[in-house]
Amino acid sequence: MSDRLNSRRKALRDFADLGKKLTMAAVPLAVGSMFQKAYGQSTTNVVDVLNYALTLEYLEYRFYEKALASAGLIPAGAPTAAITTIMNHEKAHVNFLKTAITGAGGTPVVEPTFDFSGGQGTGTGPFATAFTNYQLFLAVAQSLEDTGVRAYKGQAPNLVQQNAVLTAALNIHSVEARHAAHIRQMRKANGASVKPWITGKDSGIDNAVVQAIYNGEENTTQAGVDVKTLGSFSANAVTEAFDEPLTKEQVLAVATLFIAS
Amino acid sequence: MNILKNTPSSLESNTSLLVKGVHRRSFLKWAGGTAAATSLILTGCKEDNPVIVAGEVNFGTGDNAVLNYAYALEQLEAAFYQRVIESQFSDITADERSLLTDIRDHEMAHREFFKAALGANAIGGLEVDFSSIDFSKRESVLNAAKTFEDLGVAAYNGAGRFLTSPDLLAIAGKIVSVEARHAAYIRDLISNGTFADSTVIDANGLEMSKEPSAVLMAAAPFIKTKINAGTLA
Repeated sequence: MSDRLNSRRKALRDFADLGKKLTMAAVPLAVGSMFQKAYGQSTTNVVDVLNYALTLEYLEYRFYEKALASAGLIPAGAPTAAITTIMNHEKAHVNFLKTAITGAGGTPVVEPTFDFSGGQGTGTGPFATAFTNYQLFLAVAQSLEDTGVRAYKGQAPNLVQQNAVLTAALNIHSVEARHAAHIRQMRKANGASVKPWITGKDSGIDNAVVQAIYNGEENTTQAGVDVKTLGSFSANAVTEAFDEPLTKEQVLAVATLFIAS
Repeated sequence: MNILKNTPSSLESNTSLLVKGVHRRSFLKWAGGTAAATSLILTGCKEDNPVIVAGEVNFGTGDNAVLNYAYALEQLEAAFYQRVIESQFSDITADERSLLTDIRDHEMAHREFFKAALGANAIGGLEVDFSSIDFSKRESVLNAAKTFEDLGVAAYNGAGRFLTSPDLLAIAGKIVSVEARHAAYIRDLISNGTFADSTVIDANGLEMSKEPSAVLMAAAPFIKTKINAGTLA
């Protein structure tokens, strides 16, 4: 165990030293290769986590790419600029993860073919008009971003001993949360009753598929203590103050609706 | 997880009392271990051995140091938003008042959570210094809020790797994304579309996390209490 810890510390130190010498674009490879040195045996698990993340990032990236290419969907000006910013981040996440997976000795998953209607390839799912109906587009975007936040959060404990990868995952996780907050404000500007944060398990979207993404957010108990009892906090405030994770299985149950093959 | 089974103690006041009563060159030392809440003892003044020093707070060691670090930042944020809501800048809108009140409540919930989680290991209350902020002016308040929120996100992201408990890491993850939502909202209030701009996100689309030493340096102008970051720095 102490050998393993020392090895981890050394890997981290190497990573820190290396980071100073590398350009930003080369860092993902370093994450992977540093990790491989220290964790030969458990690399498979980390590659699994990273490939899971990559699948979700592909979904987000291609969703925004298609939306931006759909004439007349997203208003010019601030909305187009914001969605472009978000798409570019998702694209960067895809590239980062692919490089990190390769660097760790893994093979990046093949990009799926997506069905953004949520119909598993039928093209006739509940979100079939998301690229012609701006409100629905924003609702799906909110759902994907909030799912991303919950998905990365759910994997963080699995990376507790893998510092470089953990830090990278956390640094993606918070960006997804920034996206979610902005998309929610875009929805609010278009009449939806939502805040930048998640109140209870409310999605502000009337759809059973979407609701599965928000179930569990109503939790007010952390580490065995009901946070409501620690002050004069409303249940709403406490649920908003803590975002909840989703397991890989919970996320994939929703994500697979968007995958045709 | 039994971290919350430690009875939240009145350590803060006890420590102040004890510290006042001892010579400046004496130090208080924990007997160690989480069950040692009542084992505050006096030791000699070897420079390499101080744990608690008069006039400063000490984050301690291990996961507790990370929790105290978070507790310190949440104290700072909660105190700030309490002032924001008490003062209310001149042209605040009803919507802003409502959402800034939400943020105040979130930060207070975070603060109280960490205080309870740390129990007897919690640092005392920090004395804040907001003299550089004009609470009557929108620009001054929102720029300070942006500083605190971006700093909070960068701090949590940078400190995750210091945690050894998966459960605590999960809870830190639950909080940091809410801080990121706050940061995005405040940034959009200042300038719509800056929710995740290149001052906080790098070319790989990753948040630029910060080391504790950098975070504490950035927070220092707003905190009067001297902080010993323990094993974090």
